[in-house]
Amino acid sequence: MDTVSNAVQYIFLAAAACFVMGLHLMNHPRTARRGNTLSAGAMALAIAATVWLVTDENVISSTGWLVLISGGVLGAALGLWAAREVQMTSMPQLVSLFNAVGGGAAALIAVGDLLQADHPAALGTRVSLPGALDIVIGAVTLSGSLVAAGKLQGVVSGAPVVFPGARLLNVLLPASFVAGTVWLVLAPDSQVALYGLVAVALLFGVTMVLPIGGADMPVVIALLNAFTGSAVAMAGFVLDETALIIAGMLVSASGGILTKLMADAMNRSIANVVIGGFGTGDSAPATAGAGGAPAQVRPVSADDVAIQLAYARKVIFVPGYGLAAAQAQHELGALAQLLTDHGIDVSYAVHPVAGRMPGHMNVLLAEANVPYTQLKEMDDVNPEFPQADVALVIGANDVTNPIARRPGNAISGMPILDVDKAKSIVVIKRSMGHGYAGIDNELYTDPKTGMFFTDAKKGLSELKAAVGEFVG
Amino acid sequence: MNNLDLLTAITVFVLSVLVGIEVISKVPATLHTPLMSGSNAVHGIVVIGAMLIAAESHTWLGYALAFVAMVFGAMNVVGGYVVTDRMLEMFRAKPTAEKSVTQSQEKAEV
Repeated sequence: MDTVSNAVQYIFLAAAACFVMGLHLMNHPRTARRGNTLSAGAMALAIAATVWLVTDENVISSTGWLVLISGGVLGAALGLWAAREVQMTSMPQLVSLFNAVGGGAAALIAVGDLLQADHPAALGTRVSLPGALDIVIGAVTLSGSLVAAGKLQGVVSGAPVVFPGARLLNVLLPASFVAGTVWLVLAPDSQVALYGLVAVALLFGVTMVLPIGGADMPVVIALLNAFTGSAVAMAGFVLDETALIIAGMLVSASGGILTKLMADAMNRSIANVVIGGFGTGDSAPATAGAGGAPAQVRPVSADDVAIQLAYARKVIFVPGYGLAAAQAQHELGALAQLLTDHGIDVSYAVHPVAGRMPGHMNVLLAEANVPYTQLKEMDDVNPEFPQADVALVIGANDVTNPIARRPGNAISGMPILDVDKAKSIVVIKRSMGHGYAGIDNELYTDPKTGMFFTDAKKGLSELKAAVGEFVG
Repeated sequence: MNNLDLLTAITVFVLSVLVGIEVISKVPATLHTPLMSGSNAVHGIVVIGAMLIAAESHTWLGYALAFVAMVFGAMNVVGGYVVTDRMLEMFRAKPTAEKSVTQSQEKAEV
């Protein structure tokens, strides 16, 4: 190893250390941004070091330089544009898209490496096995993430798409991965095995994600994130670059942990989500209008709720996906600000799966200028509900249903927010429609609960105006 | 480039997973989205692999693959970091001064 490649390896090591420290700084909202900057700086350094290495080795052709620079500039421009333009509600789609391209790039690296080896037939298992795994995982991630992004964007149906033989296909395809991988390892020069593996993996990505319902997306995105990380680590084995192995596995660990957390918070096993077919949250607003409300619920008006809020000492907001769907986070932020200015203790109870990806609701509220000190996690906020004068539920359903504490129903055992323990409860909802679990919410028929039947955005604006009258 | 033996590579692999689990399990749920998008940017390191492939390419197919890998990788790394920064910028302990002004104006209108 010559001096330059030696030096570059040390730079990669330093970069890897910075990635770990950067992730560590994500422990607190105060230091998180610094962590991201540190990580980005380390990445820039690693890329610069690679340019140095490539220049120094001097095996690159002028076409190679052209490809490297033009591809890099085009990709950077696309990435920058997407990152600047994206709406915070569309964040899950963008993260899916970046998962897709990351996995795709990793798969292409393995394909390129295997196709262009000087003596492909002589490649040992040392390269061909991680190469084959890289192709499988990378290609599954590429097509799977694109389908997931399509579902989130509404381009592909959010409902579980089940076609005849889908389950069978999901058994046959992985079996063909194993066959294809073994074939490619035994005969790394076989182009049939290589292209066959790519095709099967791309197909599997589609058939794996299509049957998964829209409401399971937080789990799916986290899982695909873990896949991308593994694909990148495999590319690291193919290219003998520890930097790729370290960074890839850090991401994989992160994706894995989040997948587990999300699945736990939804009371489902990961296998259960991937096999799919439970239902979808997207159908909930189909029956709009207050007319169908059963007699035992207590409808309330904006003025009723405003009086309660204006004379409360402690108010807890419980935002759910309905809030994000109605784009009402700014109205909620404004109402909360008004109450805070009036000296009322305001906080937000955020369930781990609120939104369309892990932690999504927090980002939406942060965008609406809600200070992070008011964003409370489930375990921290649950003991506070008994002291709350009013709990205002906006667009959250199953995660507030007390029935989850009893055995024998669809959400038994699911961790929920103890909204029913508040002194008074108000639910802003368009109708008595069900959540994605498809069961009645006992919270709505609780005598302490008032139902404010309206659209979240309109309802919150009315509340803010009405509260304004009282606290003037 | 074969300067890394398999055992070393696997050691790095295993320890990285453990470090990842250790560091990431401490991240609060509030920051899960930025964490995911930030770690998304970290796997943008795949762009380095794309660069190395571009450097070794000597066939048109190789160049084409390397080009697409470069576009994907660069998009991943640049977009990932920029969007994470955009999100984290919004997380503040207190509402921003500028917004507070708008808020009080709105209140005055009410």
